Amino acid sequence: MNLPSIRAAIGETISVTTTINGASRRFDVEPRRSLADVIRDEAGLTGTHLGCEHGVCGACTVLLDGEPVRSCLMLAVQADGTEITTIEGLANADGSLHPIQQGMYDAMSFQCAFCSPGFLMSAVALLRDNPNPSTNEIREELSGNLCRCTGYQSIVEGVETAVRIMGAQQ
Amino acid sequence: MKNPPFNYHRPATLTEALDLLAAHGDDAKVLAGGQSLLPVMALRLGRPDHVVDIAAIDELKHIATASGALSLGAMVRHAQAETSPMVAEHAPVVAAALPHVGHRAIRNRGTVVGSIAHADAAAEMPAVCLTLGATLHLASATGTREIAAADFFLGFFTTAALPEELVTSVTFPPWSATSGGAVVEISRRHGDYAMCGLACAIDVADGVIESAALSFFGVASTPIRVAEAEAIVVGQRPSPALFAQAAEVVADVLSPDSDIHATANHRRQIAAVLTRRGLAQSADQIGIPV
Ligand SMILES: Cc1cc2nc3c(=O)[nH]c(=O)nc-3n(C[C@H](O)[C@H](O)[C@H](O)COP(=O)(O)OP(=O)(O)OC[C@H]3O[C@@H](n4cnc5c(N)ncnc54)[C@H](O)[C@@H]3O)c2cc1C
Ligand code: FES
Ligand code: FES
Repeated sequence: MNLPSIRAAIGETISVTTTINGASRRFDVEPRRSLADVIRDEAGLTGTHLGCEHGVCGACTVLLDGEPVRSCLMLAVQADGTEITTIEGLANADGSLHPIQQGMYDAMSFQCAFCSPGFLMSAVALLRDNPNPSTNEIREELSGNLCRCTGYQSIVEGVETAVRIMGAQQ
Repeated sequence: MKNPPFNYHRPATLTEALDLLAAHGDDAKVLAGGQSLLPVMALRLGRPDHVVDIAAIDELKHIATASGALSLGAMVRHAQAETSPMVAEHAPVVAAALPHVGHRAIRNRGTVVGSIAHADAAAEMPAVCLTLGATLHLASATGTREIAAADFFLGFFTTAALPEELVTSVTFPPWSATSGGAVVEISRRHGDYAMCGLACAIDVADGVIESAALSFFGVASTPIRVAEAEAIVVGQRPSPALFAQAAEVVADVLSPDSDIHATANHRRQIAAVLTRRGLAQSADQIGIPV
């Protein structure tokens, strides 16, 4: 990587370039700002939700270079040069849903849906690495995401439905 | 909550980082994976004037072995260590601990050394260091030094590292085919900090346990070894009765606190169960079913 040394005093901004959902973006941000805030306020992608802003709930999960991370526990300046996928990047250009969106839609995995973007992004990474997970593996992988409405049963069923949809597509 | 403002530094070299820490001392904090520092700042439990992000420093990114000892640089993330065949081969107890550390999204950012430097009393990695006899390598603008894990953890979130020092790496001594080890814990949900956990290892020669290390976490202000229980098993052949005896001693010796997650008595009982489980798993690893 070998980045040059960088410094910003309080109030100064740093130029950050990232690719978000396939489009290259440049932001001038104060180091104190979280990646989540920049995704929401600068990029205008408000599908990434902020529940707790200290790493506990998982609602802010996005993919950073393909791997799930909590965007509230990253400074935007730490994302310089990375590729980010948010919930808005899942559906196809024609509006048809990603199999995981479809599976969770079919299983009614949402009630208030505040937690859903985080569950969906975590589930995308899970099914990419393990296309046929057991129920226990699904529960374990999604244990970092909290939902206050569903009781999790329908969310696990949504992921299992997605597994069937993806299996049928192959 | 939003982070308070701070002066941000991302040095490209170790020398620059150490100069920054020397200049700002107590007013500076190292930022590694940020999975503990950023929550601390968000909750205003800490408010450093200067944040020194060490992610760009190439010297801190190695996973390497020398004469069988495994060394992890300060910027090796949990997820990298978890999937490294070198870690699995040379430090299986480290590999066994990693799936317990937080959730996947946390492990993708957090670092092994950051977890050791943070020294949460309920964290897995400090106890693993104690059990394996790991060495912490520290550097400051004026020099380097090494500290044994046994001398590193001083109290809740408190270590022997000075504010102007960076922990550059951790090394774990060579692992032998006659050693077995395990990390077992009980937490409310997978990925949560444990109510109580154990990192243990035994060495067996001719069917007899030659040495044993039992380090518990979540039961005191630092991870602690229970020498009384280790003494029970050393010189003996692994058996369910022996491990049950060690478990009783553990429950007697530990004096954990009660909190919202578990009462002291509950923690002692968990510790006893984990002693039996951890020792049995360790023996099993060297082909001695118990
Ligand atoms: C929801 C959640 C659940 C978690 N569950 C667990 C768990 O079950 N078990 C567990 O062990 N951890 C858990 N963690 C913490 C996680 O493991 C952190 O990654 C780890 O504690 C700190 O590593 P870091 O690289 O993120 O450090 P940072 O957050 O960057 O730093 C933490 C502290 O250590 C200091 N520091 C870091 N690196 C160095 C260094 N090289 N030299 C000197 N000082 C340094 C920093 O200045 C700071 O004070 C959890 C975190 C969250 C948010
Ligand atoms: S908002 Fe990031 S984990 Fe809750
Ligand atoms: S559906 Fe409401 S929090 Fe999950």
